[in-house]
Amino acid sequence: MADAEESSRQVLMLGLAGEMFALDARQVREILDPIPVTRVPGAQPYVSSVLNVRGKVIPLADLRVRFGMPPASITPDSRFIVLEIDLAGEPTTIGIVADKVYEVTDLDTSTLQKAPPIGMRWRPEFIAAIAKWKDEFIIVPNMKQILN
Amino acid sequence: MNENADPADIFRQESAELLEQLEQALLDLERSPDDHDLIDTAFRALHTIKGSGAMFGFEQVAAFTHEFESAFDRIRKGEAAPDQELIAIALNAKDFIRSQIERPEETDAVIGVCILADLRKLFADAQARAPIETAPAGATEPAAKLTTWRLAFRFDRDVLVNGSNPLLLLDELRGLGDCRVTVHCDRVPSLAEMEPDACYLEWEAVLTMAHPRSAIDDVFMFVADDMELKVEAVESSEAVAVAEVVEAVEVVEAAAPQAGAAIAPAAASAAPAPADHAGPAAETPAKRAGGVETSTIRVPAERLDEMMDRVGELVIAQARLTQLAAAGGGTKGVAEEIERLTSALRDAMMGIRMVPIGSLFGRFRRLVHDLSRDLGKEMDLTTAGEETELDKTMIERLADPLVHIIRNAADHGLEDSETRVAAGKPAAGRINLVARHAGAEVLISVSEDGRGLDAKRIRAKAEENGLIAPDAVLSDAELYQLIFQPGLSTAKEVSALSGRGVGLDVVKRTIEGMRGSIDLATQPGQGTEITLRLPLTLAIIEGLLVRVAEARYAIPLTAVEECVELSEADSTRSKGRSFLNIRGELVPFLRLRELFDEPGEPDSHQKVVIVAAADTRVGLVVDQIIGSHQTVIKSLSKLHADVPSFSGATILGDGAVALILDVPHLIALGQAHETRMQSSTPEFA
Repeated sequence: MADAEESSRQVLMLGLAGEMFALDARQVREILDPIPVTRVPGAQPYVSSVLNVRGKVIPLADLRVRFGMPPASITPDSRFIVLEIDLAGEPTTIGIVADKVYEVTDLDTSTLQKAPPIGMRWRPEFIAAIAKWKDEFIIVPNMKQILN
Repeated sequence: MNENADPADIFRQESAELLEQLEQALLDLERSPDDHDLIDTAFRALHTIKGSGAMFGFEQVAAFTHEFESAFDRIRKGEAAPDQELIAIALNAKDFIRSQIERPEETDAVIGVCILADLRKLFADAQARAPIETAPAGATEPAAKLTTWRLAFRFDRDVLVNGSNPLLLLDELRGLGDCRVTVHCDRVPSLAEMEPDACYLEWEAVLTMAHPRSAIDDVFMFVADDMELKVEAVESSEAVAVAEVVEAVEVVEAAAPQAGAAIAPAAASAAPAPADHAGPAAETPAKRAGGVETSTIRVPAERLDEMMDRVGELVIAQARLTQLAAAGGGTKGVAEEIERLTSALRDAMMGIRMVPIGSLFGRFRRLVHDLSRDLGKEMDLTTAGEETELDKTMIERLADPLVHIIRNAADHGLEDSETRVAAGKPAAGRINLVARHAGAEVLISVSEDGRGLDAKRIRAKAEENGLIAPDAVLSDAELYQLIFQPGLSTAKEVSALSGRGVGLDVVKRTIEGMRGSIDLATQPGQGTEITLRLPLTLAIIEGLLVRVAEARYAIPLTAVEECVELSEADSTRSKGRSFLNIRGELVPFLRLRELFDEPGEPDSHQKVVIVAAADTRVGLVVDQIIGSHQTVIKSLSKLHADVPSFSGATILGDGAVALILDVPHLIALGQAHETRMQSSTPEFA
């Protein structure tokens, strides 16, 4: 069991502005088709709205803002991914927007590398690791830092 | 009760309630030392803590409580009187038991030893002081007053499963005096039919003791509901005869060793039982100890919260159905039926969450008692409206603010006895704690008959701390509000209790966090009254739904005073200043479109919702007033903790989220606006 966890990890692959991201599948609660959201005036731009998920009001985070990607509108491929993340010791349910959700797959942990401190377009603290999957580089985001 | 609950936790909960009972009884005893019911209540609470403590592995608690209980037993028998000194020690002992239970690793056993030493010394003194009084009760009489009792008892079959051990009870019985016990095995079935954990035995006993009859009941206190017990007094001439009969029976008993054997395995199997059946075993003594008339069920708060969530969803679904019915017709009857059911269910659910505030008031008696001692001031606490009900979560959150306010009242408000007498007041200060309902609000007021607030001193202090400009013109009422600002304390000296300037600002924040407000009234030389105004519940409120651009927002209806149309004249004129003339009074207004950065042109007929808190009013300009809405309050996550304009969110009938406006914040914003306007256009002020 421990070995299996060591050598590979289940992740959810999603696309955002042409980049591939991998989220730890254990954090993912559900994947929703886009539903109407409510803007929260005065909130930080990366958590600018809230939505209703089964009677709970949860914030919706937009990783595009954090990664400096151009804003995009919702398309038929867009999905809301509901995650449960520990924020300051409290499990918090949040949603994030993805342009497209691909699949849940096993990621070979031996391909995980630390993000290089230079030569990156993005703020290094937002990236937990870079991995290789099917000859493509994918980003494992550090959700705690992104939402901090 | 949760099957997986840690039995130690159950004991902790249990004992917290018992300790509270004990404390109340002790404080009452101080007033009426002759009340036997109170002594009994205290004794029973101790007895139960000792019993369950031993059962749940809190041996140290049990050992300490045992000594404490013995002391109380002597009071019960009239060997000592519960005087001030004894009650002071008893209160310390109670605190020690509490900390032993809650933080065993941090509690120094030495404290317990000291308390017990005090207790013994007190009793030794009492006996030395009043040898004539105690002698008849203590030394000579017991010998003369031996009574013989004949007991017949049997337990319910499942008594072992419930964690009781009859052998221990028999030992306890033997401890009371000369006791001969006979066992009857008539009901023991054949081995094939015998259930190994059932108790089939019955007992008869002849007991000669100096204790009163109640001592026997005390032995069976924990199992009284699960047993049949017959006790009759035997004339002393008869006693000898009975003893002979018993002896004859004993021969038979010796010939029936299986009786003992039957108990042994049963008792062994009972040993692990307490953990699994802590619930029923622990409930019984609590019921008895409290002598509670109304039956109660302990339900974990999170389960209530969960149910509240479901009811909330039902309310939302119902609103949606109403919307559909209005559009399509046909289903109207059903929608109305469900509406009726939903609101009944909601009211019932809210009722479950309501708890009388008396449980909270009870704690403050001890606080005032201790404050009186620590500050060396005489003071009395009177309370009223204990039956006033409030949402349980609010009661918990109110505890700390009220402690702060009462401490302030005792420390700053009340004068010492000499000053009071000199001012023609009674020597003992009076703190009055009152709760009552007023509309959809609950008012809790703390008043004292002390010196009242000193506006000059507050002013001096506020200027010193830079809270106000030296030449600022402020009414007395505005000055008094400053005591709720951080960093302002008018106490001349910092005491251990208050005067550090922390406290009242925290109180204000906590109360506002519950959507409440604070009123303050003071009369120099007569005293001060602080009133907390709180909504009845935190879960569902009546709201007014409004539209600003495309977004909908809910405003708590209790804050809404009136709605008016924003006339073209007001609208255009207000480019420079945003004031409305409401029946001759100028009310500042905020354009929510601007505040919320909504692009586009506002609707042509804008409406103003006038909201108020305390004495201040502000108008909120919206595009449309949609109507009233049952608002199920959902809190916003930490990620939106930095957004001050909203106190929460709610879900509308169509499933969309509407934010709930935070009225106190918007009013403060409007006020700031007003001040800015006034300073920029001085001719206006």
